[in-house]
Amino acid sequence: MSENDFANTATDTPAAGETNQIREAIEQAIEQNQTILFMKGTPEAPACGFSARTVAALKELQAPFAAVDILPDPRIRQELSAISNWPTIPQLFVAGELVGGCDIVMEMYESGELAQTLGLDRAPAHATPTQ
Amino acid sequence: MPSAEEIRQRIEAAIPGAQAEVEDWTGGGDHFKATVTAQAFAGRNRIEQHRLVYEVFGEEIGGPIHALSLSTHVPE
Repeated sequence: MSENDFANTATDTPAAGETNQIREAIEQAIEQNQTILFMKGTPEAPACGFSARTVAALKELQAPFAAVDILPDPRIRQELSAISNWPTIPQLFVAGELVGGCDIVMEMYESGELAQTLGLDRAPAHATPTQ
Repeated sequence: MPSAEEIRQRIEAAIPGAQAEVEDWTGGGDHFKATVTAQAFAGRNRIEQHRLVYEVFGEEIGGPIHALSLSTHVPE
């Protein structure tokens, strides 16, 4: 499951079938990736400050993660929020569960909980992520 | 678009015993930062605590309230 699977879902006519396709793709992505971040933009080029900070924390921990850009199709965000019962972007999932958005991830990063949740042995090199 | 004061009032009205401090983060009226302390948060994890606050605003999050950054605490 990759970001391309979202890009390839049909967009000609909105229909319940197509929305379900997106929902299923999201559910599968969450299931199949140990760590996955739904964000605005990409890890190389985040499109918003909150997404950028969340990516920076994951990168500081050198955590492997999958990333999905929700910007190309507004239905991604819609279906994601329905699944996670969470209204904002970014959203970080680990082992199939919502860990949180930017605020929670940053709190956990600073407390060391994020490294633990990601199953990483090492402590962060710095106390706070570089911006 | 709501003001920081209005957001504060709505949080405190909806979550019994809550004390909220809300800043308009960018001065533009749509990016807010709220620190909320409430006994109602006791026993809940961060996700559940934040959801309680987001639920006050429902569909407005991502709309007229473009961003609402949260910090939640249980009173000592």
